[in-house]
Amino acid sequence: MSATLRITCSRSNLQKVRDFVREYLVEEHLSAVTVNQVVLAVDEVVANFIIHANGEDESQFLDVALGVTPHRLDVEIVDQGDTIFLPPSHQAPDLREYVRQGRKGGMGMTLVHRLMDDVSFFARDNHTVCHLSKRLP
Amino acid sequence: MKVTAQPSADTLTLHLDGELDASSAILLDTELAKPDILNYKKVLVDCAKLSYISSAGLGVFISHLQRFQDAEVKLVFFNMQEKVFNVFEILGLDALMTIVPTEAEATAA
Repeated sequence: MSATLRITCSRSNLQKVRDFVREYLVEEHLSAVTVNQVVLAVDEVVANFIIHANGEDESQFLDVALGVTPHRLDVEIVDQGDTIFLPPSHQAPDLREYVRQGRKGGMGMTLVHRLMDDVSFFARDNHTVCHLSKRLP
Repeated sequence: MKVTAQPSADTLTLHLDGELDASSAILLDTELAKPDILNYKKVLVDCAKLSYISSAGLGVFISHLQRFQDAEVKLVFFNMQEKVFNVFEILGLDALMTIVPTEAEATAA
C-alpha cells in the first residue's frame, strides 16, 4: 500500500507532512522511536525543499509518497518546481564548533543520513527528487 | 508549540508543549534571546510535553549554548520523552548538553 500527499511550499505545512507519515505508519506497528525517526527524516528533507530550494514560495508544491514492502519503507519527495536542488555531498558537522560559533542550522541532512539507510537526490523530468529508505524490523 | 516561562529566584524553567520544528522554533529562540535570561543561574527546560524536535529546534538550543556558558548559566533538560532523547543521542548532543530524567535532578544539577 502506498500513500501520497501534496503540499505547497510553506513551513506551516510541515505539521501536515509529519501527521501524514505518522498516520501511514500506524499499520506497521513500529516503536514510537522508529516512527519518530522516519517522521523526522521526512520533515528535514521537506523543510529543506520548502525553505532552501523554493524560498517558501507558496505557488510551488511538493509531493511526498510513502510505500512499505516487507521490512522496508521507501519515501519519495518530489519538488514539482523546475529548479534542480541537489545538496552538496554531506559532511558530518563538528557540533562543538557549531556551539562555539552559535550556529543555528546545518544539522538537518546529518540527521537524515543517520536516521535512514539510504538517501539519494537526483533529477527526474526536470524536477528534484529525494529518495529515502529504511529497513524496518 | 507553546513555551511557558516560569521564573523563581535564580532559576528559570521553560515548559515546552508541542512540536518544535522549522515553523515553531522561532518561539523558543525569542524566549532564549531575551537579555535577562542571563541573570539566572540556571535555565531548566521541561520536556515532558515536548513531543517532537527537528534540527531547527536543536539548532536554537545550540545557538544559545555558548552564550549561556559564557555567562555561567546552566542549561539543563529534564523529563525528556525517549523518542526526543533519541534525536539528541543520534547527533551526539547528549554529550554536549545536560539532560537528566527528573525535575529534582535538574534542580540539583
